[in-house]
Amino acid sequence: MAQTIFHPAASRGKADLGWLKSYHTFSFGGYYNPERMHFGALRVLNDDTVDGGEGFGEHPHDNMEIISIPLKGGLKHHDSMDNVAVINDGDIQVMSAGTGIFHEEHNDDQHEAVQFLQIWVYPNVLNVEPRYDQLTLNKDDRHNKLQQILSPKPDDDGVWIYQNAWFNLGSFDKGLNTEYKLNAEGNGVYVFVINGSIKVDGQVLNTRDGFGIWDTDKFNIEIFEDAEFLLMEVPMSF
Amino acid sequence: MQNIEILIIGKHPDIMKTILRLLNNKTGWNGTAAFAADEAIEKGNTILFDVVLLGAGLTDIESKQIQAHYKIPVVQHYGGGSGLLYAEIYQALNIQP
Repeated sequence: MAQTIFHPAASRGKADLGWLKSYHTFSFGGYYNPERMHFGALRVLNDDTVDGGEGFGEHPHDNMEIISIPLKGGLKHHDSMDNVAVINDGDIQVMSAGTGIFHEEHNDDQHEAVQFLQIWVYPNVLNVEPRYDQLTLNKDDRHNKLQQILSPKPDDDGVWIYQNAWFNLGSFDKGLNTEYKLNAEGNGVYVFVINGSIKVDGQVLNTRDGFGIWDTDKFNIEIFEDAEFLLMEVPMSF
Repeated sequence: MQNIEILIIGKHPDIMKTILRLLNNKTGWNGTAAFAADEAIEKGNTILFDVVLLGAGLTDIESKQIQAHYKIPVVQHYGGGSGLLYAEIYQALNIQP
């Protein structure tokens, strides 16, 4: 029988630095809750809003798979491998931090806030050579179907990371249903509702709610209201 | 009240500098850096550490050497000094902020 955990949006940790407002699903920075450390290999799910003209100055990362998904606006990235890029709503960015990388990220607009999800997944191999990639996704490919945006395989759809993980985005109309079949035994799925209302395994999920489900090989998603959601399939043991 | 003594071992000098700064910014915490297993073990002769963090760049052999030597929590540090550092220490020592 499937096991589940529900994280209502309002139960997330919150950081407000003025220029940055961030909701943390799992312990991060000044938010510490020993009951909210990770979901399997998924360690960080931050829901960030950065004011116009603001951003994160240069800072390091290592040994982590870092995925950024802009929801509104654009985010400018510059790293120690000399990658300079802007990712916009509709793009996905990935960094394998490996042995170490420095980067900075700023709102690409001087006035309008940028909203994005920053997701960290524990890698399945340590100390790899750092790498950066980004991809523009076709939003039509997720209308009333699931769009794979990340996998462990460089030749598969979406970006890839050093972990046995698969991410899918969906944008569904009210009244529809869809099924998700897990790719690997021992994996679980963390469902994050970007907006709208859905039901998974008897649990109604609204905007920014999170829901983990594991010990199952598939589950059904009912769309209560027009909804956009992210499915993050990750190993539960790693 | 005694400081919490934290040993961090890693190979990337700039990241180690950042981690040390973050550790030492925290009242009641004292960070010490080592860049190799031998150095990490030697530092334990003069400082009574509470927790050891394994940073990036260590070989498996080095990590195992350190784990075998220290009889205190030895945890893998992920992320390079960013948002996970404090939580890793709270969890390893079973303490609250």
